This record gives sequence, structure tokens and C-alpha cells, in this order.
Amino acid sequence: MFPSQFDYHRAASVAEAVELLSSLPDAKLVAGGHSLIPAMKLRAAQPAALVDIGRIPGLADVSADGDSLVVGALATHAAVADSAAVRSGCPMLAETAAAIGDIQVRNRGTIGGSLAHADPGADYPAAMLALGAEITAVGAGGERTIAASDFFVDILTTALADNEVITSVRVPCVAGGAYLKHRHPASSYAVVGVAACVGMDGGNVGSCAIGINGVTGKAVLAGAAAAALCGGPASADRIAAAAGRVGDAFDEPLGDLYASGEFRAHLAGVYTRRALAVAAERAG
Amino acid sequence: MGRYVGTSVKRVEDPRFIQGKGRYVANIQFPDMVYVAIKRSPEAHARITRMDTSAAAAMDGVVAVFTGQDFKDGGCGSLPCGWLVPDTKVPDRPIVVTDRVCHVGDSVAVVAARTPYIAADAVEAIEVDYEPLPTVVDARGAMDEGAPLVHSEIENNVSYHWALGDQEACEKAFAEADEVVEIELVNQRLIPTAMEPRAAAAQWDAASEEMTVWTTSQNPHPIRLLLSAFTLGIPESKLRVISPDVGGGFGSKIFHYPEEVIVPWVARQVGRPARWVATRTESQMTDSQGRDHVTVAKLAMTSDGTFTGLDVETWANQGAYLSTFAPLIPTALYITLLSGNYKMPGVFGKVHGTLTNTVPVDAYRGAGRPEAAYLVERLVDLAATRLGRDPLDLRRQNAIPKEDFPYQTPVAFLYDSGDYDRLMTTAADRADYAGMRQAQAEARAEGKLRGVGVVCCIEASGPAPSAVAGSLGSAVGFWESGEVRVHPTGQVSVFTGSHAHGQGHETTLAQVVADELGVPIESVEVVHGDTGRVNFGMGTYGSRSACVGGSALVRSAEKVRAKVLQLGAHLLEAAEEDVVYDRDTGRVHVKGSPESGKDFGELAFAAYTAHNLPEGMEPGLDFVSFYDPANFTFPASSHICEVEVCPDTWEVRILRYVAVDDVGKVINPMIVEGQLQGGIVQGVGQALTEIGAYSDDGQLLSGTLLEYAVPRADLLPGIEVDRIETPSPHNPLGVKGAGEMGTIAATPAVANAVLDALAPLGVTHIELPLTPERIWRAVQAAGNGA
Amino acid sequence: MRHRVCLTVNGKAEEFDVEPRLLLCHLLRAYVGLTGTNIGCDTSQCGSCTVLMDGKAVKSCTVLAVQADGCEVTTIEGLAGADGLHPVQQSFWDNHGLQCGFCTPGMIMTAVEILDRNPGATDAEVRHGLEGNICRCTGYENIVKSIVAAGARGS
Repeated sequence: MFPSQFDYHRAASVAEAVELLSSLPDAKLVAGGHSLIPAMKLRAAQPAALVDIGRIPGLADVSADGDSLVVGALATHAAVADSAAVRSGCPMLAETAAAIGDIQVRNRGTIGGSLAHADPGADYPAAMLALGAEITAVGAGGERTIAASDFFVDILTTALADNEVITSVRVPCVAGGAYLKHRHPASSYAVVGVAACVGMDGGNVGSCAIGINGVTGKAVLAGAAAAALCGGPASADRIAAAAGRVGDAFDEPLGDLYASGEFRAHLAGVYTRRALAVAAERAG
Repeated sequence: MGRYVGTSVKRVEDPRFIQGKGRYVANIQFPDMVYVAIKRSPEAHARITRMDTSAAAAMDGVVAVFTGQDFKDGGCGSLPCGWLVPDTKVPDRPIVVTDRVCHVGDSVAVVAARTPYIAADAVEAIEVDYEPLPTVVDARGAMDEGAPLVHSEIENNVSYHWALGDQEACEKAFAEADEVVEIELVNQRLIPTAMEPRAAAAQWDAASEEMTVWTTSQNPHPIRLLLSAFTLGIPESKLRVISPDVGGGFGSKIFHYPEEVIVPWVARQVGRPARWVATRTESQMTDSQGRDHVTVAKLAMTSDGTFTGLDVETWANQGAYLSTFAPLIPTALYITLLSGNYKMPGVFGKVHGTLTNTVPVDAYRGAGRPEAAYLVERLVDLAATRLGRDPLDLRRQNAIPKEDFPYQTPVAFLYDSGDYDRLMTTAADRADYAGMRQAQAEARAEGKLRGVGVVCCIEASGPAPSAVAGSLGSAVGFWESGEVRVHPTGQVSVFTGSHAHGQGHETTLAQVVADELGVPIESVEVVHGDTGRVNFGMGTYGSRSACVGGSALVRSAEKVRAKVLQLGAHLLEAAEEDVVYDRDTGRVHVKGSPESGKDFGELAFAAYTAHNLPEGMEPGLDFVSFYDPANFTFPASSHICEVEVCPDTWEVRILRYVAVDDVGKVINPMIVEGQLQGGIVQGVGQALTEIGAYSDDGQLLSGTLLEYAVPRADLLPGIEVDRIETPSPHNPLGVKGAGEMGTIAATPAVANAVLDALAPLGVTHIELPLTPERIWRAVQAAGNGA
Repeated sequence: MRHRVCLTVNGKAEEFDVEPRLLLCHLLRAYVGLTGTNIGCDTSQCGSCTVLMDGKAVKSCTVLAVQADGCEVTTIEGLAGADGLHPVQQSFWDNHGLQCGFCTPGMIMTAVEILDRNPGATDAEVRHGLEGNICRCTGYENIVKSIVAAGARGS
């Protein structure tokens, strides 16, 4: 309940944040703090310094940019869930944000923080993978864009360098998307979360992507299942058959007191089927 | 009936809580206070080979660091156990260990610091080396040959064996039975999780040698007694224990805990006030926990469904040490309830209390009675299935008829009153049981997994006749004190030895006394939770405050009325038999002429001026009574739960929950309903979400609220509560306990509903909690390729 | 290293000298003396410590005091106005929405946001809205009733 001591720096700009992260030993970035502060309270995380980017102007904006949405790293889950641009342009993203934690958590937690923390039970990663989002980060070497599929490296590990700061996330507008989760009854994290995107080409599924979090250490794309759905109608049978292929995506399912890896894999199939059905319906 | 009893008076305690003015122990603050933090063992069983506190002691802001030896040398005694059945083996339970830890969370060192942050830093800086020892965590496995010993002097980890019932009748029943159903089940370990973590604060006055201790206790007087006589050694006359507002207890705050000794001891040692507040994680790993039984049982019956015998053997996990009342729970509060609501001649139960490398287990809401109810009600459902009978119908057939009360069971209890058939038919009507069964048939035809669970449950509440408690192993009596002090203005202060930690006694006990005296409820104040203000009392648990505490106040109020009547007659210059005490107004007047009377306030004032008292009457108007109940009271309930199980995710969705309870006469219906609703959700928690799980090496796997799933607001769609009343014949209010009935009935109601839903898949048993994965595995094991 | 933090708590601006690690809940309780904000867990689950920060419900155990610098904080003590109890407070009293009272401040502060976002919240919407708040006493039944009733009265 009592974090250990650290130094605190409030960055006025992204450049200053990068500079501080580069110069301070064992420094951590904090925005909403809803991944980091709980860990610090249990002293599971004991950074020597915090660099607070929570007040950097312009980083919380959410806006439409052509066929994409650009979500600032500091946008809270509540802001994403409530954004008219997100709700109309990419309903699945709003749905994902609204599924995170609870009201209080959504009021503080940010999309950048959630992605950078890369918790296996976090909700955003599956959506980022399924949507093919691009994550923009600024580091000592300047700005770069990282594809979501390259971003999640391992449990609690991303492609970000220690001194890189996520500034925004670009998400394509997808009408035919859905995110469904099996909520842990205690932690509210995703035991399994499935983000499905379906694009119709005439009467057939033209494109499909399925992102899954909760089952393995990092969120994964269920490529075989998605491929299985393409090229035919989004019928219940074909959706069920495709969902039956999600197991291919899991190397080593994680287990805990509530759900073993085996059961998580089972749930992933169920939620994939459900998410695909909703996504296909939304795709029209 | 008076003006207040029986009505839903709004709670007088609420204004402070809704405005953030609750007086919890964690809110106590003194300018020079030290913050106490405790180094906890991360090991379940280990020898301490080295401890270095020097770095901690040297930290800026650290006032002192103490080890177990300091407490021992400083006069602290071990924590006693207050309930010993014959031949109980009691392991020594030091305040802070000196050389060996026996469960994760055992206290190994204590820090006092200027801020809680520094105290946490210092705790982290204490270095301890442990040499791990073999561990045992399983209630039954603890007795296995060759199992590691928690305490080397206690053979086979057995603290006690205990048995009760008519073994001969039981054996006969099984020898002659037409049908026998058997079950082996686990009543899983639960973590009480009162929302307020435990806390203690203390202030020592060196000049007067007086110690004040604030603690999150359900029973401050017994804590003072134990502190004085066993652990702290300060005379009761110099020791004041205050339990101010306490944020829920559910049993877990009955017991005497090490921190209640540590904090005052540290305060005296450092000469400054001291306070310790548990973090949630600390509370989860050190509060006494609940349940944790393994049971093998069988039920005998005739072919027409008449129950004839029940044979039960239970292994009860008591944890690493015996908590204050630990042996009581699986013995006199469990085996005694195995007759349920049914006529059964041959009931026999035996229990083995075992020690393991886990946190101590003691009373948790229901305490023994939910364990019995879950077992009996599962067996009855299995019997119904075996016989092809409707489970409600079979229960009605075997229920004790109302004309048989008082009813002597084969397991010691004399049930006071009840009407179980009416209870069940009321529940069936309220739930439209027939309609539920019809809907179930239709749902099943559509391939849905719909189930209906029905239970009829019994509770023994309002402990207890002191002599009976003594004969069963108690070291204390279970009477209650109640004082009614009428002030000269006619205002009334009521002092009860009961303690409220959510139950609303400040309202309900004021209702009782206001009606007894015929005064406005606004002029009655209820005082509790302070040994400096209240007569010795036994506190609140076992749903006893109305039955026992309320009865004590009725007795005192009767004494007040008698004196007021006598004084009134004297002042009205009438014979006592010619005046009446009007309990609607509090006035004493001559029979037939209410206008020629004296107000309550006038008479109270006259009692204190003492200018004109009857011959021999003492001045003042203040009476205390100590009420020892003649029996327990026996609330009963019939709950009906309707569920649907998702055939994909295997989640359980509760569609309806209908509860009909008989808690005797009701003082405040709103509060009673609240108690039942809250109790029910705790029972549903045991059925569906909660488990205090230990790994084989004694690590607590559900030690934070990230893992331990306390029910949330969306677990149920709502609860429909109704009741019948069969007054208890042996207490003046006719009340029975209301605090635990909901919890007792809800677990089997939900379990029966879920297993009913899964019956078409051939599933007959799943251990609690009925999580999706457990259901999934059971369905697979039953031969379904789900 | 200590920091100056300026906060407006229940309408009153104050300045504090704090360690960066100090949590907002501890600042409110120990520095401001507002002990109505209770602390029920250490993993951001229970919601007892919920306060409004710039009008939004947050768990004050998961906000550093330094992060709240410059913000307006409303605690349970600041909810009642000059004309008496806040409608949500009144509704909790009227509907027996509390027992031990420990989770109550957080429940009420969360309820204020639930009704702020959705004044006509239904029973089911309120149950969903309370996903970040734990009560162990009431079974939530009367909490939900209190919030729905307060919404119905307000709208």
C-alpha cells in the first residue's frame, strides 16, 4: 500500500520526457498510472524515478483522419469509449475501451499506458492486433511507427526502447469489428478477450483478423482461424469452423487459480465464434 | 405492540456514514503517533536461521524495531484458545514468533516509525533467512501417516476428535435402509473480507498507568479480558478497549489477534500512541478464515422417501494455530445442525480437527451451520434424484411438523419453534415453483441448461445458555448485559454489551427500549463498543444481539417501568394496583383517568430529586440486567433459486432468487431484509466465486482482491425476500437471529440449482465454487465432449 | 525529494509539501484530515476510496498526490451542500443503502458519476456501473435501489 521512494519529474514535452528517460537510471514513465501504481503499491515495481507525461498538451486528442482514427497516447479509456468519432468510425475500439476495468479505472487509465504495460489480461492489445493499428513512439532517435503485430513481444514486454514514449495510436476505421471478453470475477482483467474484424466482399468474407488476449503471455493474432473464414459466407457453420482453429495461435496458454490454460483456450474458441458473428453482422 | 417495533425506522447511525464521518479505528490519529508495521513470513513453515534488523533500525524516521524475543521478554503471553473440547491439543501461539513460522503471514518482527511509508520501508529492510520445513495444507491429508507435523508435539496434526449423536440408531438406520445416498464433498476455505481491514491503535498514560486500545473487534470486553489475563498483562481496571465504528466483521473480528497485543505493547514501550492498520493483502493473509471441511456422508431412507439416518465424518482444517473459538465451529455449531429441518432418528457425526500450515480457521458468517446445511441439502437432492421425487416434495414429506415443537433432535438441540411446511409452501408460491419447473421443462426441450434449486435450512442462533456452552467446551459464558439509564430529564441512554458493525443496533435497540418505556425514539441513545462506558458484555456474533442483547434490555426496561410505576403511584397518592403504566405514552396514571397522571420525564426527575420517594426506594433510575438465554433460537429458511448455465462458457446466470425466512418476530423489517440480502450474496459467493486457495507448499493463491472474487453488484439480478414468523417462545421479544440465515441457505440453493441444470448431462457433483472451468471439467468427466 | 502540490479540496485551495510517493488517499486522510475516504484494498479493486477529481470518479489510492496537483477534488465530506444532503446521500439513507458504512463513501461518489452520465440509469445499468466498487454487507440490493431512486428523483 506504500510505494517505495522515487524521484518525480513532470515532463512538459515529449522531448523532455525522452531526455529524462534517457538520463535517469531506472526511470519509468507514468501517465494515468493505472498499471504502474498498483504494482508500486505492492512494491512489485520500485522504479528510482517517475517521469510524468500526464500533462503534456495535445497528447490526449482523439480525432478522425480520413479512414483512420488517431488516438493520443494520453486519451483515457473513458474518453475513447465516449468519443463520437470512435463510436461511429470504429465501434469495436469504443467497445474495447468500455470493457476495461471499471468507471474509475477508465477515467484515469490511458491507451498509451495500457499498451506500453502489455499485461496479458489487458483488453486493448487484441483490438490493436485485429485492427492492424500502428503505434507511434518518439525516442532519442526521433519518431517511429510500430505495427501492432511487431509491438507485443512477450509478457509485459513491448518493442519500445526504455527511453521511447508512445505518442499516438493510428487505428483504421473498421465497421465490422467486435470485442468480447470473459471478465475475471475478481480482477476484471480479460481471462480471454477476442477482437474480431470482418470485411465483406459481396456475400463472402473478404478479410478477417482475430486478436486474442488473456490466453498467452502476449496478445496474438489467430491467423489460421481468420484465414479459414475468408472466401465464403459468414454463416454460423463457417464461423464455428473458423473459431475451432484458434488453438493454433497458442503456444503456451497461461493458467491461474480461476482458469487453466486449457480452459482459456476453450473460452477463446467460444468468444471467437461470438465475436466473429457480431463483427460479421456489423460488417453488413 | 408499540409504536416502533415492527416498523422500518430509518437508521439513526446513517447520517455519519453517508457524510464520511464514520469513526473507524484507521481514522484515529495523534500528533506524536507511531505507525506500526509488521514483517510477515513469506514461508508457510520454516525455521528462522538469521534475522538482521540493524538496517531497519538505522533508517531515518524509524522509532523502534522489535523481534519476537522482545515481546516474550517484555511480558507478552501467548494467544489463548477460548473453546476446548475434551483432550484438545493446543499449539503455542506466540504474539510474534521467535524461531519458527507456521503459516504465510505469521508475524516475525515489528517496526514503529514516524510515517506508515517509513514503516513499510523498514519492514522491507529487515533481513530474515529461513530454512524451509515440510508443509501440509490439506484438512484430511494432515492426518495421513508420515504427513509433516505442524507442531512436533502434536501427533498426526490432530488437535481433537469429537462426535455427537445416536450412533446405535444411526447404524440401525443404515442396516435397515431401503436406499442410501452417499457424498464426499469439500466446504472450501473462505476469506471473510470485511471491507474495513483490521486495525488497532493504543494510547498509554504513563502517569496513571492506563492503557486505551482501539480495535476493530466485534466484542471489546472479551478482548479486554484476554489482553488482561493472558497476553498483555495490564489489569482490566487500567485497560479500556474501544471498538468504535467497525466496517463489517462476519465473524473475522471476533477473535483475539496478535496485533491487539503488539500495538499497545509498542505504545507503552516507545511512550507514544501507536496505530497499525492492515493492508488488504495483510488482512487476507492473517484474518482468521472460514469453512475448510472435507466430509464423507451418507443418508439412509425407506423406499417411500422417509429419512432414517445420517452418518457424517468430517475433517476440519483449523490452520496452524487454534484461533479464539476455532474448535467450537466444526463441533457444537456443525454436528448439532446435521438433523436439518427433518425428522431423522439416526443422526451421528464425528469430526477431526486438524492442524495445517495455513492461517487459522474460525467462525465466518454462519460458522458451522452453512457447512451442515450445504451437506444435508445436497444429500436431500441426491435422495430426490435417486427416488425420482420432486426435491421440494421430498423435503415437505420429511420436515418436522409444526405440532412437534419444541423438537428434540438426535444431535443435542431442542428446536424452539417453526413451521417448515408453511415456510416451503410460501417460498413455492412466491417463486411460482410449479411455473419454474414448467419453464425448466420448456428450456430443456430447447437444449438449454436451466435448473431450479430449492432448500430448507435451519440455524441455531443467539448463543448461548452459558452452562450449556461451558459443558461443550467454552471458557466463557454467553449471556449479555443491557443497561437502561434514564437521565433526570427523561432522556434515556441504553448501554449494550452487543456490538454493531453494520447491523444497525443504534436503531433497533432504541426501537425496543422506546417501546418498552413508551418514550419517543429520539430520546433514546444506544451506546456500545466501549469497555469504559458499558458493562461487561459478550459482543456480537452468532446472530445474538436481538435475542440475547435485546432481551437483556427488555429486562432492564421492565425494572425501570416497575420503579416508575411504584414512584408514580406514590406521587399520585394511589395504590400501585390502582395505577397503570401507559406504554404508548410513558405516563403513569390512575386507572380510568388518564388525565390525572405523571409524565415519564416528571417521574424520572422525581427519582433523581428524591424529595418524595416511597419508603425504602433508592434514588435514581438506572438498571442493568444480565440475560442468560434459556436456549438458542432456531431460524429457518426456504430459498428457491433459478439458474441457467451457458453451454459454451459454462458461466452460471442466476435468473431469480426467492428467499422466505423465518427469523421470528421482526423489530425492523428494513434492517432484517438488508441482513438477509447481504447474507444471501455472501452465500452465493461461496457457491459461485470465492475460494481461499493454498498451494501444496502453503502459499496463499488468493491473497489479494485480484484473485479472491468477492461478489460484485451484477452477480445477481435482484433478490426477492419474504418471511413468515414463528416467534421464539423463550425470549421476551420472540425474535430469532437474522444475520446468518441468508448465508446458510444461499450456498446450497445455488449449488442445487446448478446441479439440477446439469443433471441432463449426467453431472451429480462439483466442488465449490462452481466456476466455469469446474463445470466444464465436470461435464467433460461425465462423458460429454464439451 | 519533496514537491509542492496545490489542490482544491471541497472548494478550499490548499498547498502541501509531499513526497512524490504519497498517494492521494493518504494526502486526503492524513494531511487534510478528511477521513471519510476509506481505504479497503491495496490493488485498486474495492472502490472505497473513490473521490471526484475534476468531476470524475477516481480511485484515490491509485493517484499520486503529485499527479493531482492543480486539480479540484471532491470527497464525501464535500458532497452535501448548504441546503443539506446530496440527493444520493439522502437516497442511501432513505433506502437502507448501507450497513457498516465503510464502502459507502466510495459507493456514493461512484453513484454521483453513474447518475451524472446517465440520470435515468436502470437497475441493470447501475449494477454494471458499480463494477469497481465492492460491498460485503448489503448484497448490493439496497445500494442499487438507492441509486436508481436518486436518479429517478433527480430527473
